[in-house]
This record gives sequence, C-alpha cells and structure tokens, in this order.
Amino acid sequence: MHGYEAVIGLEVHAQLSTSSKIFCSCSTTFGADANHQTCPVCLGLPGALPVLNQNAVRCAIRFGHAIGADINRRSVFARKNYFYPDLPKGYQISQFDQPIVKGGSLAISTDETGYKTIGIARAHLEEDAGQSIHDGMPQSNVKSYVNLNRSGIPLLEIVTHPDLRTAEEVYAYLVEMKALLQYLEICDGNMEEGSLRCDANVSIRPMGQASLGTRTEIKNLNSFHNVKRAVQHEIDRQIAVVLQGGSIEQVTLLWDADSQKSRVMRGKEDSHDYRYFPDPDLMPVALDETEVQALSRTLPELPRHKRERFESEFGLTQTDAEILTQDKSLAGYFEGAVAVSHQPKLTANWVITELLRELKGLERGIDACPMSPHDLGELVSLIDRNVISGKIGKTLFRLMFDTGKTAQELIEAHNLIQITDSAKLEQIVNEILDQNDDQVQQYLEGKTKVFGFLVGQVMRVTKGKANPQLINEILRRCLDGRR
Amino acid sequence: MTPLFESQVLAQLAQGEVTSDSLVKTCLQRIADQPELGAFLEIDEEGALAQAAEIDRRRSGGETLSPIAGVPVALKDNIHVRGRRTTCASRILADFVAPFDAHVVTKLKEAGAILIGKTNMDEFAMGSSTEYSALQVTRNPHHPERVPGGSSGGSAAAVAAGLVPLALGSSTGGSIRQPAAFCGVVGMKPTYGRVSRYGLVAYGSSLDQIGPIAADVTAAFELLHVIAGHDPKDSTSAQMGRDDLSLRVADPKGLRIGIPKDWLGDGLQPEIQQAMSRLTESFAAAGAEIVEVALPHSEYAIPAYYLVATAEASSNLARFDGVRYGYRATGAQNLKEMFVKTRSEGFGPEVKRRILLGTYCLSSGYYEGYYLNAQRVRTRISDDYRQAFGKVDAILAPTTPTTAFRFGEKTADPWTMYLDDIYTVTANLAGIPAISFPAGLDSQGLPIGLQLMAAPFDESKLFQVALNAENFIRTWR
Repeated sequence: MHGYEAVIGLEVHAQLSTSSKIFCSCSTTFGADANHQTCPVCLGLPGALPVLNQNAVRCAIRFGHAIGADINRRSVFARKNYFYPDLPKGYQISQFDQPIVKGGSLAISTDETGYKTIGIARAHLEEDAGQSIHDGMPQSNVKSYVNLNRSGIPLLEIVTHPDLRTAEEVYAYLVEMKALLQYLEICDGNMEEGSLRCDANVSIRPMGQASLGTRTEIKNLNSFHNVKRAVQHEIDRQIAVVLQGGSIEQVTLLWDADSQKSRVMRGKEDSHDYRYFPDPDLMPVALDETEVQALSRTLPELPRHKRERFESEFGLTQTDAEILTQDKSLAGYFEGAVAVSHQPKLTANWVITELLRELKGLERGIDACPMSPHDLGELVSLIDRNVISGKIGKTLFRLMFDTGKTAQELIEAHNLIQITDSAKLEQIVNEILDQNDDQVQQYLEGKTKVFGFLVGQVMRVTKGKANPQLINEILRRCLDGRR
Repeated sequence: MTPLFESQVLAQLAQGEVTSDSLVKTCLQRIADQPELGAFLEIDEEGALAQAAEIDRRRSGGETLSPIAGVPVALKDNIHVRGRRTTCASRILADFVAPFDAHVVTKLKEAGAILIGKTNMDEFAMGSSTEYSALQVTRNPHHPERVPGGSSGGSAAAVAAGLVPLALGSSTGGSIRQPAAFCGVVGMKPTYGRVSRYGLVAYGSSLDQIGPIAADVTAAFELLHVIAGHDPKDSTSAQMGRDDLSLRVADPKGLRIGIPKDWLGDGLQPEIQQAMSRLTESFAAAGAEIVEVALPHSEYAIPAYYLVATAEASSNLARFDGVRYGYRATGAQNLKEMFVKTRSEGFGPEVKRRILLGTYCLSSGYYEGYYLNAQRVRTRISDDYRQAFGKVDAILAPTTPTTAFRFGEKTADPWTMYLDDIYTVTANLAGIPAISFPAGLDSQGLPIGLQLMAAPFDESKLFQVALNAENFIRTWR
C-alpha cells in the first residue's frame, strides 16, 4: 500500500451534431475533400464576420437541462489568442468567464458503490480549429499540411470538478457522458472521427489530505481505452516519482498510443497567456426564457432513467440493462423487439449474445443492423411459443441476419417448423430404435448415456426440427416399451 | 484647384444632363492629371467605363435608378471588392485579392454606383496622416507639403481634389472626419451598427464604421442612404432598416445646439476657435438655443481609445501570419521563425507599435487595469453623451485641434499624433453618429473642419442640423 489517491478532472470536447458550423453556414459532414467545406468566415479571411448558429446554442441548453445545470441567460463569447497554422484567425472563439452552462452533475456506475455523482463545473460553446497533417502526404518530409474543414465545427467543452479518483471511474464517466450526448442527439460520440475528445488533469495526494497536489494535463487521448490507460499510467508515474522522494512538475503531456507512454509537450514556463477578451464581433448570447423552458420539455428519457426502467419494468439484471442502454439506438432496438416478443429477458439474451456478437464481427453499429427489431421480436416469440426449437432459432437467426428476410419467409422456404406431431415423431423414433439395436440394448442394461446419441439420431433425421422436449419424452417411452 | 463635384452632379445625372460615361471620363482624366496627389492605389478604368455604359443604357431605357447610379465612388483600400486587391496599404496584403464583396459594395453595385478605384490609407487604418501607408504618399490637395489626414486620407484627398464625387472611408477613432476636415470636405461616421462591417478589414471591431466622404452634406447623405441597413452577416449590425433615414430641410429655429465648453481653449488653433464661435453665433441668430454641455470623461478618451482599439487590433491582425495568404517571409528555419519574420517584415512601424500595445493591454495581470478600465471609461463617456442628448438635439465641436500638419511633423512622437484624435474618438467610443464639414480656411489657406454629433441612430437629425450649418457657412464666403 502506497497510501496515495488520485484526483482526476476531465475536459470532454463534444462535437455538436449541427448540420452547419458554429459561425458560418458551411457543412459539418465528415470526410469531405480537404478544405472543401470552407468559406471566408471559417478560413478566417480578413473582413469576414461570425454569426452564431442558434442550433448550437439549443444543443448546449438541452445538455444543461440534462445534467441539471444552471443555464446562463446571458453568456459571452471570448477570443482565445494563440498562433498556430491550423487556427486561421490567430484566435479561437470560445467562452471564458461567462459560459452558457454552469454546474450540474452526471452519475456514473462503479463496481464498489453502484453509483457515484461527478460534478460538472461548466460547459461552454466554442469553435474547433482545423487539422494539421504532418505525415502521410506527398513531401511530408519537408512540409506540413492544413485542412480547415474542421475549422468552425461547434464544440461543447464539458469540464468536471476534480471528483474522479480512478482510471476505472474515468472510463465509466466517458461511457456515461457519451451515452448522454447520444441520447440528447447532440453528438454522435464517435471518438475515431474526433467528435468526442478528452483531456485529463491528474494529480495525487496522500489518502485523507484535503488539498490538491500539483496536476499534470494529458492530451491527445483518442479512445476511451487510451484515456483509461493514460490516466493509469500517469497515476502510477506520479506515485513512483513521489515515493522516490521527487516532486511532480506542472506539465502538459502528450499520450502516445503506440508506445503506451506519455511525453512532455510543454512545461509550466511555456504555458500560453491566451489574452482572453470578449469577442467584439459577437453580441452577448441572451437567451429567451420561453425557449429555455420549452427546450427542457424536449429531453428524451435519459440513459440512467432508461436503465432503471429496464431493471424494474423488464426485470433485467443491472449488467444487461447497462449494456442495452449505453447506446440509445440499441435500447430502442431492444424495446422494439420486446414490443413484438413480449419476452424481455429472452429478447435481452438474444440481443446481447447473438445480435451484438454478429454486429461486432461485421464492425457495424446497431443502426446498420440488417435485421429489424420487429423481425428479431418475431423470432424470439416463435421460440418462446415452441413453434421452433432454440437450435433452429439459431440457424434461423443466422439466415435472417445474412439475408434480411423475415422468420416466416425463411421457415417456409426452408421448411423449418418444429415437428410437434407426436404420432409422427413416435414413428421416427421407432425407426431409429430399430436401426440401432446395440445402443438400445446398452440403454436397457443401464448405460443411459447412449440416450444422448439416440436423441442426436432423431435430430439428424428430422434436420433439427423436432421439439427437443417431445423427443425426450417419446424416446424414453419407446425405450421403456422395449424392456 | 479643380472644382469639386457637388451634389448637383447627382441631379444632373438623374435628369440626363450628364451621362455617367462622360462623368467617369472626366474623373479618369483628372486622376491622370494629378499623379502627384497619390490618392489612388488602384484604378479600374475598364470596369468603371463598362459600368457607366450599362447605367447610361438603363437610364436612357427609362429605368428609375438610385440617386447615386452612374456616380463614381472611390473606396478606401480596406473594403473588399470581389476579384480586386485589398491591400490595406500594407506589405503583408500587397497581393491579396478579395474573394467576396463587402456588404457596402454589394449595396453600391445594386445602386449602380461606379466602383472607380481603391484609395490610399494609413496601413490597416492606423494613423492620422496617411503617412503610414506602406505603399505610397498621399498629399493634401490644398498644400503639397501637408498631410491629407488619415487614415482615410486617400478618399478625402480624392473628393477634395475633385477626382471623384463620392468616396467611402472607415472610422475607428476619427479616420473619416479628420481627413475630411484637413482636406475641406464632408466626412460622416454613422452610428455603430448602422452600416455593416462585413467585408471591411477590421482594425478595432467595436469601433469600426464605414462612412461617406463627399463635397457636401447632401451628397454624403445619399451615399450613406445606399450603404446603411441591417446585414445578417454582421452580428453587430443593428436590427433596423434605413427607412428612418431622411434628409430634412428645416428651419434651425428652436434647435438646441450643445457646445462642450471644456473642449475649447488650450491646444485649439485660434482660427478653429473663431470658426466655432462664428457658427455658434449663426445658429443663435437664427433662433437656435445654444446650450453648454458637460462631457467630463472626455479627458480619458484618448488613453481609453488607444487601449480598446489596440487590444482588438492585436487580435484582429493575428490572422496575418503568412500561413494561408498574404506575404510570407522566406528563409525561416522553423514555424515560429516564419511567423516572426513574416510579421516583422510585413507590418510597418505604427501597426507593430499598436499590436504590441494591444497585446500588452490584454496580457495576464494587465487586463483588469488596462482593458477593463478602458471599457469602464467607455461606458462613462456613453453616459455623458446620453445625458447631453437629453438636453440638446446636436453637439457642435471642432473636428481637429489644428488644420493639416506637415509631413513628418508628428511621426517622430506617436503621442502627438494620437492627440490629434482628441475631438473625434469620443463619438467612436460612444458609438454615436458624427459629421465633419468644412468651415472656411485658416490664414495659410488650409481648411478648417467642424463637426456635429447626435444621439445614436439619430442620423436624420444630424444631417438636418448639418445642412443648416452648411448653409450658414456658405454665406461666409
């Protein structure tokens, strides 16, 4: 036991899913040719002026409502001044001392205590910078390139209080935050495309100490797992430094995912003086009270409420409920299937074990699922009503998943309806028994494990369509009849 | 001197007594005849003649056109015309071609104005003499050894020399009124928000306004009327049209004219003081009421202005870094060196001075003391004016402490140049409209300028009183 605890705060940058940029009408679609989604405003040309996209403001207000924050009726855009080639104006328009959202909290699940509340200090609107490209281009050895398609994309920067204590909590927070943003439909949460980014501030202190230690900031964290690893790495590093009698320096670190190590980007003495001041090109954002109130009524059922409802209404375990609610589309899919199957637990099993596995194999999200919730619900219902066996169900699932056809269509095409006709089954069973005299004798001598072999023979002949319970029952009866 | 194009030329065009083609040709000839004046940085002869032909064709076809259709308008070279260069008289933008029209240019094109060329200015509008142009010298049409004022010195000189009937300037602290005063023409700064700043290269964004320069009050009004009005592309553009703008001819009887007594006295050239007195007496004699007004925070106006304007400028000019457009220094070994070399070589001395001042003013530890205090002064100055306009219709004041000074007279000590803005900066800080008009000549034959100021968005009253003043002054000749 080293006797230290970590204190962690996160800054999450969520790219808002508005169709146009925050200060101009350029498209925000990902993946366009470099510098093709630009105009004088987001290129920072002299004479161009910003005009605030009100949809970005609405996103921020809805987020504020969802975390129970104060929505500032008057907030101010400020200029954050620094030079960089991908920052076309030489300043970023952000919010500084008067952000649009203040306070609020987010509950995360933890192993130890179930739930923990993480305080949110603030959330503010800002524009994204462009991208510098140093590798993989022609002449990358002598040139760097700039793509300004991302310049001016709206971001919501969400800053926590230093309430997180472990790398696991950091991970849980990110999962919960991503789910919340997706539920609100204000961010797609795609970390690979950069629509969700995270910086972590980490410090350690002796257990029980109230004051905070010197913190370091880790940047360039481009996946949830990287955040977790980088934070753990930094906690371990700081503890090792202190245990060896050293002290922590206030530095900014860059995480290198390839080597799984961090390196110092800049020290305290190199920290920027951003010279914030109110942007004279934009009026203060004055919110209309009626609209603020109206937006609070547009909130969907939030992840935590949905999870609690899945547990209470459907009787799902906490784990299953968490899996099914992490993604709003998945939760919607599940509910759509349950509406048809009326069997929540069985449906949950099929979604979690079969559907998610198949989708993962294809590296697809639920939105790209070839099978409709209705069709899955129908499949589950057929199994539940013993129209088909579980085994046939799996075959059928595969076919449905691969072809996109309905269960009914495939059952008819492949003649998959379960044989529940006792008389017919008895006839098949007797034929099998006649052909397998040895095994019948063994069974009658008490070697009951051959029973499984005989079931398998019946299944083979019926191509799996026989009702397993019925087979067992008839087989046992027929065998006993031969004593 | 060549006679100026007064507002009658607008009427003559409208009535078909003069064609736009002949007017443009006259202008082009006069520009060619006075190369030593140095007012223009670029002339679009071909474009101007083509536009003129088009307007003449439309007019002869019976179309009803704008009062400024077919009239050549010179543009200060910080206003974008698509496809033409916007240099801001700076090395750093010497080859920059604007990819879009400024809002005012869109309005001018719609009105059929002839965009004849771009005029010289102090680099990035920073200066009061046009001496800080990195590209050329502009001379005062009244005296070749005197400056035309600035920063819109090219536009004022062009109108004063009779090269064009109309010009646009931009004002951050007095850059329209001061050169208008030095050159003996009318220059008007609209209420902040009255004219869109879209397409104007920013200097001090919370202060900048584009405004008209003309030979007389009427012509200035016609130009303002075309460029004014709400623009959704400028968030600081006022949510009002231009329907409230009218040019009213009214008896001055009963007008309340405010005089800021504290502004008169030490440092004011006696002949300007005399012009003030004479005009005040004219108003009084015509039945106007003369009221002394107090503007107690004016004494802090210059420092407040230079803190706010330079703070904004330091940020506004950060985009000129050599990365995407404009001048880029060669020979840099790394990124930081490229930034430093580009900006060191690309900007002139006054621009660098103001960037440094503004950067300092916004720096951590100084922001509160400088920037925020300057903003507080600004609020007090606005309050002073609000109270004053509760008592008077307009305030009459000198535009400048002296008439046009000599080249080099004030470049050695920047502070003396900054003090030249003493009577003009308060209107920019308070965002109120103001108009400078010629009020005779001093003993050396240099023009004297006086100004009127009015409450925010009360341009109509401002022009009405300015017409009265102009009429009085005409009788002095």
